[in-house]
Amino acid sequence: MKRLLSVVISVFVFSVILCAQQDWIRTGTGLGVEKVRVAVPDFKLNNATPQNTALQKTFDDTLFYDLEHAGIFDMVSKSFMPTQVPGMPSDVNLAQWSSPPPSAAMLAFGNLGATGNNLAVQGWLYDLKNTANPQVLGKQYTDAATPEGARSIAHKFADEIIFRLGGGISGIAETKIVFVSSRSGHKEIWQMDYDGANQHQLTHLGSYALSPRISPDGSRVAFSGMTKNGWEILMYSQDLGRLVHFPHFGGTNLSPAWSPDGTHLAFSSSRTGDPEIYVTDSDGTGLKRLTSFAGPDVAPVWNPKTGGQIAWAERSQVTHLPQICIMGADGTNQQHVTDEGFAVSPSWSPNGQFLAFSWMRRFGPGEPGAQDIYVMDITTHTWAQLTHGEGRNDFPSWSPDSRHLVFQSSRSGQEEIWTMLADGTQQQQLTTSGSNYEPNWSWK
Amino acid sequence: MKHSHKKWVTLVFALSIVLMLGACKKKVAPPPPPPPPPPAAPTASLTANPSTIQKGQSTTLTWETQNATDVSIDGIGSVQPNGSQSVSPADSTTYHLVAKGAGGNQEATARVTVTQPPPPPPPQPTASEEDLFNQNVKDIYFDYDKYDVRADQQAALQADAAFLKQHPNTKVTIEGHCDERGSTEYNLALGDNRANAVKNALVQDGIAADSIKTISYGKEKPFCTEHNEQCWQQNRRAHFVYQK
Repeated sequence: MKRLLSVVISVFVFSVILCAQQDWIRTGTGLGVEKVRVAVPDFKLNNATPQNTALQKTFDDTLFYDLEHAGIFDMVSKSFMPTQVPGMPSDVNLAQWSSPPPSAAMLAFGNLGATGNNLAVQGWLYDLKNTANPQVLGKQYTDAATPEGARSIAHKFADEIIFRLGGGISGIAETKIVFVSSRSGHKEIWQMDYDGANQHQLTHLGSYALSPRISPDGSRVAFSGMTKNGWEILMYSQDLGRLVHFPHFGGTNLSPAWSPDGTHLAFSSSRTGDPEIYVTDSDGTGLKRLTSFAGPDVAPVWNPKTGGQIAWAERSQVTHLPQICIMGADGTNQQHVTDEGFAVSPSWSPNGQFLAFSWMRRFGPGEPGAQDIYVMDITTHTWAQLTHGEGRNDFPSWSPDSRHLVFQSSRSGQEEIWTMLADGTQQQQLTTSGSNYEPNWSWK
Repeated sequence: MKHSHKKWVTLVFALSIVLMLGACKKKVAPPPPPPPPPPAAPTASLTANPSTIQKGQSTTLTWETQNATDVSIDGIGSVQPNGSQSVSPADSTTYHLVAKGAGGNQEATARVTVTQPPPPPPPQPTASEEDLFNQNVKDIYFDYDKYDVRADQQAALQADAAFLKQHPNTKVTIEGHCDERGSTEYNLALGDNRANAVKNALVQDGIAADSIKTISYGKEKPFCTEHNEQCWQQNRRAHFVYQK
């Protein structure tokens, strides 16, 4: 029964490929999806100085990483490429790239050079099979002649290519991940680029800051912090670089979540003595209680596609262990989607069709109780397992393109942040400094 | 020539002998008798050992004199020419000895410094409210993923309630703790349930609700960090903290 998911998903994948504008995802299967084979030779340097050579390497590495991790390309190894790389359209020998060894379908190439403080990049994407009119993209970028500028241009060009070749879904190369890190000595909220670059601290609470959730417009980070009044929902402004006002509700307040339009927050509060799910306006007014189950109700997450449903983790009265539940955003139609094991930390895919969560599926005396990331189809409740017993895996969070998940894993010996494609492949560690927890991917 | 030189040497030698013999004869002459000695002047010394004492302690004065017929120390009076005596001055004192004799007077002094004793140690306090609290109030332990107070913890809970009734002014924080399994967020909610379960039981038993605060630490502040059931049981608890 459960193994039906792969069939369901492959049918789903075929159907969405047919209607090209629909989001799609390869979860649980690679069947029937041929990855586009792309060659991305190093860009040609216009004027070779040590500074430009360093910028070129940053640019080339970033562009290659972005495309390699997009999940939709078969990358041509650089060792298969001709030694003469093209810098301009006139340099391109189409047959040289489309025939073995590169055997590429697509070629991304270009040139870059810094003059003064400006870095200029020209980039092209060629469809090598369309010999008459091969150009798919021709782009020109300028940014600061700094590593950040080079990375920014590479991200933009990569996202253009991904958008063009990936069924019209925007790339994620410029997205951010907020997370909790203990590397300063306290658990504080940090932020990094989606590839792990540019890790920096946001909060300085000096106690505990947990469960960061970035707002849909990226301007705020809601989180749960321990203050002198206990656990409160706190609000960090990215624009102001500091905490801004948010009301105190009393009790233990945990795990905030943004509605997809940014107008509401859901969170867990024990203000009445038992942790329940509440919803407020984004300024904390209009508090409304949605659940009334004895025992923990925590970790709500909105359906980002419709805004009409909320999933959360609730301690089941039947199994006496937490299970994933779904309800309407007004608290109606509450139902379990898991009914065994220990299931927590739901994250709803931006296309609305999947829940990722952390599950000790076979849990109990005598069971090893590995904690792994699973993805469940909302309509059929069939699921696929994405991690397989390497450490404890928790807090999955979807990327905006619904193709990636970021999560927390202890497999390296301590809790760190990892990413993977939503089919469980390309698992990659992003953090190495201190212990790092509870990643949350930005909405765009 | 050689012969005449030898004669000169012999002559000088002979003259030297004569002169030396004459000189020796003079020294041997008896000295004049000494004059009768004047009466010897007295000598005196006075020491205090130790020279610094705390108030209430005593020190020993020791003195020696010679050629004195009348020895006295201020504050003590006449004393033997040589002797020692224990004294216990209340304040720093300079002892002054005068030794009188036919040959005159001799004085000696000894300084005894008296320090104030350290303040007496504070009286042994009766056990503080907080000590009593820590000795008597027991934490409540829970089963995995449970927050109801299990049967074997009821006795501890009743003892806690009894203590809090006897000490009605005591303010307490109940911390809810969980073991490392499960997610951070779920455990914080579960820890909140544990803390509130114990608070509710105490309130039902008559303890004032406003004297009890609750806070959940989830799995953030474990008492034990090993990965086994013995350790996990230590971490699944409601921990009582005295509020000053």
